[in-house]
Amino acid sequence: MRDRSFTPSRMLIYLFVLLVAVAWLVPLIIVILNSLRSNEEIAQTSMIGWPLQWAFRNYLTAWSNFCVAQTCAGIRPYMLNSALVTIPATIFSTLLGAVAGYAISLWRFRGDQWIYGIVTLGIFLPQQMRLLPWTIVLRDTGMMNTLTGLVLIHTIQGLSFTVLFCRNYYVSIPQELIRAARIDGAGFFRIFWRIILPLSPPILVVTIIWQFTHIWNEFLYGVTFTTGQQQPVTAALIALSAAVADIPQHGVQSAAVMIAALPTLLIYLIGGKYFVRGLTAGAVK
Amino acid sequence: MTNTVAIAARTGRPATSSVMGRLPEFLTIWVPLLLSAAHLISFSLWTIWISFTPSTLVPVSGWVGLRNYTSVLATRNWNIAFDNLLLFGSAFVLLSLATGLILAILIDQRIRGENVLRSIFLYPLAVSYVVTGTVWSWLLNPGLGIQKLVQDLGWTSFRFDWLVDRDMAIWTIVIAAIWQSSGFAMALFLAGLRSVDADLVKAAQIDGAGPVRMYRRVILPTLWPITITVIVIQLQFAISTFDLVRALTNGGPGIATQLPALVVYDLMFQRGLLGRGAAAAVLMLLILLAVLLPYAAWRHLQRRRANHA
Repeated sequence: MRDRSFTPSRMLIYLFVLLVAVAWLVPLIIVILNSLRSNEEIAQTSMIGWPLQWAFRNYLTAWSNFCVAQTCAGIRPYMLNSALVTIPATIFSTLLGAVAGYAISLWRFRGDQWIYGIVTLGIFLPQQMRLLPWTIVLRDTGMMNTLTGLVLIHTIQGLSFTVLFCRNYYVSIPQELIRAARIDGAGFFRIFWRIILPLSPPILVVTIIWQFTHIWNEFLYGVTFTTGQQQPVTAALIALSAAVADIPQHGVQSAAVMIAALPTLLIYLIGGKYFVRGLTAGAVK
Repeated sequence: MTNTVAIAARTGRPATSSVMGRLPEFLTIWVPLLLSAAHLISFSLWTIWISFTPSTLVPVSGWVGLRNYTSVLATRNWNIAFDNLLLFGSAFVLLSLATGLILAILIDQRIRGENVLRSIFLYPLAVSYVVTGTVWSWLLNPGLGIQKLVQDLGWTSFRFDWLVDRDMAIWTIVIAAIWQSSGFAMALFLAGLRSVDADLVKAAQIDGAGPVRMYRRVILPTLWPITITVIVIQLQFAISTFDLVRALTNGGPGIATQLPALVVYDLMFQRGLLGRGAAAAVLMLLILLAVLLPYAAWRHLQRRRANHA
């Protein structure tokens, strides 16, 4: 168990693990290759193959003049929509979650454990239970088919995760630190700003990556509460593959898929460690 | 008059200023938490209430008892969706559990490149289900993907057309789901393997236990709490699966890969039967509770036992 030499049984382990790793990478590699093959080339052979001619133009077409549901502006407007929903909702839910997590874990107030218990139940409640009420709320407040509406939804629903992450992190900060600061006359915000926030970067990175990834990848609310030009990119991808069902353009579609997946893939490449920490933190609630 | 005001101000100031001064912090703590808690409770009750009304295109008041539930349960759509959920749920959970455990054990053999391998098995989790579903729909499409490739290579009778086969289509969703989330099981198992008591392992080694015996008798038994957690989380994912199916098969061919979440969406927004849609959503919640409540009880028992020990 403890040696790193290459015995036959260890070679078998390497072989097996490498095979699985290749299988895991194949879908990504195939989409990247297809995004660089012309539509005609794919139509003549299959979705699996090496580009005969590198069609970098696919990315340009996918980005700015591809047609989705009667408008031909590529997926750029939808990428922008996704960014305009994801970035504010990530910032709001993380900040509010950090303050609430700090209050619950270190400040303590009457009813804190109750409200914490209810808020974290949101991790389990299926989206389907909230679809109709959100529809009615958005319609009555005039936020149906707006990005503001999606920001509101993702901020409120994201709190279930951000409060959980931050509370579990702050709980390990010694209470004496807060008590000493209070004796020195520091108030709620001052302590948060001066003591808690400087200790927070690790958990804030985990929370931000988690929220960004989930909101960017979200589909159900996007497709239910927005239409046409207001849709986030996940919903636009589905509209796109429906729109081209008759005359498939798999090269350009692959490029569109790559562009849509790129933001979260890049974040994963850079901050994978923190992403995994979020995954396991959510699991042990 | 001025006197009384002055006195009131003098005596009252410390109290009012501290209440007023604490108002901002009070609001920052309570407003987000109350909004979150209130939306969870009121939205759930709201959906449950709608499920008992005769609402169709718009929510209306009225009481139809369990009629929405009985009519949803009587549809072929729901029954196929429920059967699919049972098959998809158990196949996906068992296979991703096995894949995750095997990968975790192998990666735990102090192999080179562990970090790279871990990243490879986990990257699908960073990608949206829409992207995963779309890509797998291409790979599994008999006229485009694997089948076409193998036939072009010369094996012309090769068949791999599960995507368009009514009986096998649900397995394409199992494949894509395993690809997407086995890494999650692996990550949790690996964390579990790394926290196995080193003394326990050493003692077993001194007793002369080989690697197979070591895993079967010493290491794996310590992993079962993690196994249960993984099962519950994967089941929760299976029950609410929507995006993946929407992108991969859209419930087809026909309604062969229908799942409860798709039935809910279909009833609510495509057929405009809000009452029945809400009833289907509540049924989904009940299925979820059938998994989560025993789990919560088990967790509670475990904690109590840990506190007593």
